[in-house]
Amino acid sequence: MKLILRVWRQDGAEDEGRFETHQLDGVSEDSSFLEMLDQLNEQLLEEGTEPILFDHDCREGICGTCSLTINGLAHGPEDSTTTCQLHMRKFSDGETVTIEPFRARAFPIVRDLVVDRSAFDRITQAGGYITVRTGSAPDGNAIPVPKDDSDKAMDAAACIGCGACVASCKNASAMLFTSAKAGHLNLLPQGKAEKDKRVLAMVEEMDNSGFGNCRNYGECSAACPKDISLDYIAKLNRDHAAAKVRKIFT
Amino acid sequence: MNLDSKIPEGPLSDKWDNHRFSSKLVNPANKRKYRVIVVGSGLAGGSAAATLAELGYNVDCFCYQDSPRRAHSIAAQGGINGAKNYQNDGDSIHRLFYDTVKGGDFRSREANVYRLAQVSTNIIDQCVAQGVPFAREYGGLLANRSFGGAQVSRTFYARGQTGQQLLLGAYSALSRQISTGQVKMHTRHEMLDLVVVDGHAKGIITRNLATGETKAWTADAVLLCTGGYGNVYYLSTNAIGCNVTATYRAYRRGAGFANPCFTQIHPTCIPVAGDHQSKLTLMSESLRNDGRVWVPKKAEDCGKNPNDIPEADRDYYLERKYPSFGNLAPRDISSRSAKEACDEGRGVGPGGRGVYLDFADAISRLGESVIRERYGNLFQMYERITGENAYQRPMRIYPAIHYTMGGLWVDYNLMTTIPGCFALGEANFSDHGANRLGASALMQGLSDGYFVAPYTIGNYLANSGAGTISPDSPEVKEVMESVRERVDQLTSSNGNRSARSYHKQLGQIMWEYAGMARNAPGLEKAIGEIQELRDDFNKNLLVPGTGSNLNAELERAGRVRDFIDFGELLCRDALERKESCGGHFREEYQTEDGEATRDDENFAHAAVWEYKGEGKTPARHKEELKYDNVKLAVRSYK
Ligand SMILES: Cc1cc2nc3c(=O)[nH]c(=O)nc-3n(C[C@H](O)[C@H](O)[C@H](O)COP(=O)(O)OP(=O)(O)OC[C@H]3O[C@@H](n4cnc5c(N)ncnc54)[C@H](O)[C@@H]3O)c2cc1C
Ligand code: FES
Repeated sequence: MKLILRVWRQDGAEDEGRFETHQLDGVSEDSSFLEMLDQLNEQLLEEGTEPILFDHDCREGICGTCSLTINGLAHGPEDSTTTCQLHMRKFSDGETVTIEPFRARAFPIVRDLVVDRSAFDRITQAGGYITVRTGSAPDGNAIPVPKDDSDKAMDAAACIGCGACVASCKNASAMLFTSAKAGHLNLLPQGKAEKDKRVLAMVEEMDNSGFGNCRNYGECSAACPKDISLDYIAKLNRDHAAAKVRKIFT
Repeated sequence: MNLDSKIPEGPLSDKWDNHRFSSKLVNPANKRKYRVIVVGSGLAGGSAAATLAELGYNVDCFCYQDSPRRAHSIAAQGGINGAKNYQNDGDSIHRLFYDTVKGGDFRSREANVYRLAQVSTNIIDQCVAQGVPFAREYGGLLANRSFGGAQVSRTFYARGQTGQQLLLGAYSALSRQISTGQVKMHTRHEMLDLVVVDGHAKGIITRNLATGETKAWTADAVLLCTGGYGNVYYLSTNAIGCNVTATYRAYRRGAGFANPCFTQIHPTCIPVAGDHQSKLTLMSESLRNDGRVWVPKKAEDCGKNPNDIPEADRDYYLERKYPSFGNLAPRDISSRSAKEACDEGRGVGPGGRGVYLDFADAISRLGESVIRERYGNLFQMYERITGENAYQRPMRIYPAIHYTMGGLWVDYNLMTTIPGCFALGEANFSDHGANRLGASALMQGLSDGYFVAPYTIGNYLANSGAGTISPDSPEVKEVMESVRERVDQLTSSNGNRSARSYHKQLGQIMWEYAGMARNAPGLEKAIGEIQELRDDFNKNLLVPGTGSNLNAELERAGRVRDFIDFGELLCRDALERKESCGGHFREEYQTEDGEATRDDENFAHAAVWEYKGEGKTPARHKEELKYDNVKLAVRSYK
């Protein structure tokens, strides 16, 4: 198939950036979206242009490195699918495809389609862990965990940290990401001891990193390639409110 | 080359205890005087960096991705072994030890494997305490599944995302140490060389991939936890960025490289669809529990709709050849059988490189809903990639490079032949011999990082004393200069071929001659072709842009350059190992009915390669493997 590609180019954080249009012929519908970009890049190389930069690594939908807003949608048109797992048979011959980076104040652009998502790491560093020194753990079966809690924790832990939630939110809020990590740990008995400290610290770091407020638009969950539920945002709001109250009274 | 394995004295089961007791300790107050570099943030690197920091060492940790959470350990699906015997089905440390040595076709070191089995139980405890949401039974206790090559249920799992959850556990421990400042994390940094001063590893040179800056980092010890080299085949189940650069550069600086020809091919991957293909995707091996593997009996049926081929015209070749293991035959055997069928012209799908994995029987026996519940996400992934519905039409699968057992040679302390340079995880060669069992790589990475290296490094540091050298010292500057020259050379490449095109060609050579079946003339041919490829690369490579900012073509060119040299080493190793064992199948050494013939008399050793200089043939050394606790036996799965 043949495609018209409108691609965002930007030479660095300071550069203004602009769209560039390229035509690409002979795209196989069995190729993935990123393989299509590989093909475009080979063409650009032949033409003597610098290839387009984009982030990617595992190409199997699990590392969370790939990003891209495709025709206005984070990770493109297919539900529950990362860009690297999106295949060209979802597009039609002759179509114009617009490709932009994940845009958010807290995700500065590095170059072209590559953005800096280290704010997510900082939120995790603030409290997205259970304090347990290596070697100090009790037997794995010492604390039974109800299957239901464990399953819900796993649903939240499935987050790949790609940032689609932020990119698709009008306010560029990181609530879905933050609530998924907090929810995963708070649901488990092992994570209970640090629950209050965790949610207060993570939310504070999220606010400091320049993410916007959550207004419950729900675009985040719709764009999430792992279908993380909005329920975790509600849970984080509850846990956060309770932690604030307890902090005042202790 | 000194290959003293430093296996501690005493009975197998006491060795690790004895060793810990006799190891020197670093006084807690002195730990902060030491600086340790950890390259890699996967299961091995992430767990090591976090644990060393907990102990009080200053740690610099590096990864090439934009976050430590994205290391390729994240992609592991199936599970992690632990000899907990929670199922009361007769498992024990000794059984896990035995299964691993046997599964490795008797080419691993007994003492290391035993220790791995011992600490496997601690790993599970540690991960549970970190909040890893392992699958549970209704009573709230941990669930297990069984995995290829074992008769007990000892695999712990978190849906189909075990690697992700274990890595996120290690990443959370690492994050905690980053927040205290005990670990300085350097993302988008690629290690391009190792600094060795007076025979000891004292630092590394990195390139900041975002800014292009090359920089020297010095420390008292360097840990290489940089993963496997499967991408030497271009197409593999590895991530695009996985590379051999860190370990290959250490090899060039004097670290012995062991058994590079031991590579694992996974039988159930989605076949290559066309020329655009950039990587291969694994379909969990668990599918073989319910799927039946077959190809048409007659080549002329290969183009037909599989549903129109009658039972009588199908060859369920695994069930036919291995009646007792059937579709669950081990990875190497299943892979080779698929290749054989395709070589006979009976393969299906694009290029005739695929076999069917058919769920029709299971669906009619158990109902579609059961199959959907068991494998729904895999069927979905298959459909996303191929556009085909595997509930209605058999899946097509084909083997692909998946894991590399070879790696930097390490002694019992996980130290390479360069004192102060350690290798952990898939980057070392230690525990899996010639073939790795499913669910054992995650176990090994975490064993090395949480429970082994933190002790053994203490012993090294206590004996050598603190003494970080200055990044401005002449020895460091010299290595730095050589790295800059190499980068400059690449950025001034003005030819007409992309690094990708070389990588692809290298992959074709490797897959053809050093893939599932190897023979001497083929390997010799491969070495010649690789040498020609290198000349072509040096003349005709094209790298656009400069080295002073993010430049993916430059990154790839550097990695491919090292893969080319390394590919030659792999072929050389395969050529010299004149036997078939585990993942290494030499066509000259097989029984009449096509089974691998091991040669214990001449090859019960690890082959360790020593770099002898640019353009020179490397030297092959041996570490003889002694088996005092298991009897060498023929691995039979008939
Ligand atoms: C698809 C797939 C499924 C698997 N499933 C299973 C399973 O179910 N069970 C099992 O036990 N095993 C499985 N394995 C194998 C297992 O996942 C790996 O062997 C293991 O995770 C490797 O961990 P590691 O820490 O050694 O390396 P990795 O996780 O690969 O980490 C390497 C690290 O090194 C860094 N790095 C690499 N090169 C450089 C450089 N030059 N400079 C700086 N940093 C560098 C990377 O950034 C990364 O942080 C699977 C593997 C694959 C590919
Ligand atoms: S590249 Fe890993 S999720 Fe897309």
